[in-house]
Amino acid sequence: MSVEAKTMEERQAALKGLGSSRKRVEDARFTQGKGNYVDDIKMPDMLFGDFVRSQHAHARVLSIDTSAALALPGVVAVLTAKDLEPLGLHWMPTLAGDKQMVLADGKVLFQGQEVAFVIAEDRYIAADATDLVVVKYEELPVLVDPFKAELDDAPILREDIADATEGAHGPRRHPNHIFTWEQGEKESTEAILSSAPVVAEEMVYYHRTHPCPLETCGAVASMDKVNGKLTLWGTFQAPHVVRTVASLLSGIAEHNIRVVSPDIGGGFGNKVGVYPGYVCAIVASIVTGQPVKWVEDRMENLTSTAFARDYWMQGKIAATAEGKILGLWCHTTADHGAFDACADPTKYPAGFMNICTGSYDIPTAYLAVDGIYTNKAPGGVAYRCSFRVTEAAYFIERMIEVLAIRLNMDAAELRSINFIGKDQFPYHSALGWEYDSGDYHTAWNKALEAVDYKGLRAEQSAQVAKFKAGETRSLMGIGLCHFTEIVGAGPVKNCDILGMGMFDSCEIRIHPTGSAIARLGTISQGQGHATTFAQILATEIGIPADDITIEEGDTDTAPYGLGTYGSRSTPVAGAATAMAGRKIRAKAQMIAAYLLEVHDNDVEWEVDRFIVKGAPERFKTMKEIAFASYTQAIPGVEPGLEAVSYYDPPNMTYPFGAYICVMDIDVDTGVAGIRSFYALDDCGTRINPMIIEGQVHGGLTEALAIALGQEIAYDELGNVKTGSLMDFFIPTSWETPNYQTDFTETPSPHHPIGAKGVGESPNVGGVPAFSNAINDAFKPFGLTHTQMPHDHWRIWKTANELGLHD
Amino acid sequence: MTKETITLTVNGQTVETRAEPRELLIHVLREQLEITGPHIGCETSHCGACTVDIDGRSVKSCTMFAIQAQGAEITTIEGLGNPDKLHVLQEKFKEHHGLQCGFCTPGMITRAHRLLKENPNPTEEEVRMGIAGNLCRCTGYQNIVKSIMAAAAELNQPETAA
Repeated sequence: MSVEAKTMEERQAALKGLGSSRKRVEDARFTQGKGNYVDDIKMPDMLFGDFVRSQHAHARVLSIDTSAALALPGVVAVLTAKDLEPLGLHWMPTLAGDKQMVLADGKVLFQGQEVAFVIAEDRYIAADATDLVVVKYEELPVLVDPFKAELDDAPILREDIADATEGAHGPRRHPNHIFTWEQGEKESTEAILSSAPVVAEEMVYYHRTHPCPLETCGAVASMDKVNGKLTLWGTFQAPHVVRTVASLLSGIAEHNIRVVSPDIGGGFGNKVGVYPGYVCAIVASIVTGQPVKWVEDRMENLTSTAFARDYWMQGKIAATAEGKILGLWCHTTADHGAFDACADPTKYPAGFMNICTGSYDIPTAYLAVDGIYTNKAPGGVAYRCSFRVTEAAYFIERMIEVLAIRLNMDAAELRSINFIGKDQFPYHSALGWEYDSGDYHTAWNKALEAVDYKGLRAEQSAQVAKFKAGETRSLMGIGLCHFTEIVGAGPVKNCDILGMGMFDSCEIRIHPTGSAIARLGTISQGQGHATTFAQILATEIGIPADDITIEEGDTDTAPYGLGTYGSRSTPVAGAATAMAGRKIRAKAQMIAAYLLEVHDNDVEWEVDRFIVKGAPERFKTMKEIAFASYTQAIPGVEPGLEAVSYYDPPNMTYPFGAYICVMDIDVDTGVAGIRSFYALDDCGTRINPMIIEGQVHGGLTEALAIALGQEIAYDELGNVKTGSLMDFFIPTSWETPNYQTDFTETPSPHHPIGAKGVGESPNVGGVPAFSNAINDAFKPFGLTHTQMPHDHWRIWKTANELGLHD
Repeated sequence: MTKETITLTVNGQTVETRAEPRELLIHVLREQLEITGPHIGCETSHCGACTVDIDGRSVKSCTMFAIQAQGAEITTIEGLGNPDKLHVLQEKFKEHHGLQCGFCTPGMITRAHRLLKENPNPTEEEVRMGIAGNLCRCTGYQNIVKSIMAAAAELNQPETAA
């Protein structure tokens, strides 16, 4: 056996392990139309559910008449809150410690809220029947402006908790107030603000938007009454958490619930939460004894499941006259909509907004976040970012620009003199984090050189001169951003969702012939886990990635994990994968030593085998070891070769990056053309460069969307103005540029393979880069800050207000 | 509601089905004919996940009644290649990482297939305009465009052009 002529390098390459741009194993089925998404699931006797939704933003429900709907042939049942109440399911807990109506219980609190659930034999009949349910409403005054929530004449939205002076996150001072979360040092920060030579102030609004994955949310529930087992397929970014919640809500024992996330058509945070549709599908299947499918349409998706952002961030930043930052103060008014349904770790009601000191060595800081109820949809999800990190990054990267204007200093230089130095890591930030590693100056300088920053500024000045001379109507904007992410939630000591610690897991089985299957507690939604996790394992255990199956998403087979969001898969489950691989290797070492008739300590690992120290021609490959583990009686060693790891990370990881965007803006039309975009990402150890690059392209395009037009907008009556793709901006191939990607590599010191995660960096860093470019273009004409989204109309308006059309 | 008999040729197979006049083609394809490659991503003809080829044109099948396709020849992603011989576009999307979650991919490839019939040697700009009716939330299009350009180049090689 084992006639090997290959060099070590050839054996290494054959593994397609860490660092290989391995092609994706998922693509065969997706390119042939053989993905299996939730709406592809078809079962005998399957029924369809559809919601009757509120057209009002705030109204009392006087009556619901379902008789006409029930009389329609093909309609099986209509559920209202009254039907769910005896089961205790008319309300459900949210991930943020609040509760949310499953179906309207006496009143509605946002347009699009679920009022009744129709169950019918096909989706057309279900849709017909929703029109036949007659709901009588009494309209109530509507609250859309969070700054008016605590005025004397403000309507009280949540009558169910109007008298509660304590919420899940501390004292409440008003029925429309959810929590106040404070971090850092208020008094010392305010003292610095009052004494500092320079203080810049700005109100930075990160508008409400939506993750809008191409596949909407949906579920198929099937209650098998014969075996007492409930199976729930759905668009779940955290299937195990859904199982636990479903068990707690329904009273069905957890072992009798199987939750399956099939292929998911993009998540971006939209599919973390538990939605009324899931609960209603489960109840409907229990009631009817038949499988029930619920899939939302796009309008339902945009108006009811999981908005993101909506943070009003009032900032003050203090500095010396030379630009050294002395302190940062931020007060955020967070519009949470009608129910607090943010998917943040329990102890962080404003997520990791306290990463808002960014990449800078800021000695003193204070942050306060007020969560407020309004008549808008619930959510507050992390749309392609770790919890509220994109808000934090946008805030600090705008404040730096505002400070640079105040100091009359170049914004790139201002960043550079305030970066946390390479030798300051691990760095303790003023707002409580321990940054694991970084080398910001190297990344920044590489970026500035790559784009010829000085040359760009010279060109920009010339362009302004031409504009002022009437020779052009186009302006040039240079958008800078250096961001620091905080991902990989997280250590169980301070991170949990509904009490479940945010560890993650991997279980590996090596088959007798030397191939393997590994199962994880995460679930891919396009990130390519089946490809990359096999690469981590290939390097750890010396079995080619092509011989390793990765499986996720079935709670009956996968080990418990907290799922995929907040860039936590690689930092947490990826670490579990490496650790489980090391357990395999530890056992394999004993087997190898036995087979080679030497002591355990006399063999050492080499790529894909154990060799006898000093005699590399004597070896056993992992493949041989696997076979032996199933076929030989090895003294003191259990048969088989399996391992499981539950990994509790000691810290978060802190990826970072330097982005520079150049835009050309037509002052008369407000059209912003992206001339170039350079993105340098440092995500620590790089597992698959091809996939990293793909993640960066995609995240930047979502950032482009958000910065340049994508929003969930409401009118003063609480009507959603952007409820379909007609109005909700998603960039096409036409307005999306080609991106130039680059990297530095600063491994995480605490992660087993040094990886930090990358999927969300481009959204976190991209939004400030795009927005800063727009702001920068108008800076020579006196603009300090203009709010996103920078659609053509708003850009035109900015130009107009600056007198550029005169 | 009364059902009508509809005869379609789908991926080379002539099939007869019955559907109400109001039923959308995408629903008939997916639910009656079990052709689940084309997906539903919106209801306003914006996303293109439901794109199929009808009588030589790209059509968003969520915006057409099945009965309007009476007698038509329809090609979906399932008709472009098979596990033993993938279509060159399917190969190139794999090779150039032209997909992530895969939800837009069937519509995107079906559209690209027609685009390359309409314009066998497109510039990058023409590709970008040609697929602008198909949205992707994951890839930022850069690698999709690359995949399509690579497919065009390969199709234009004399030995594979047939």
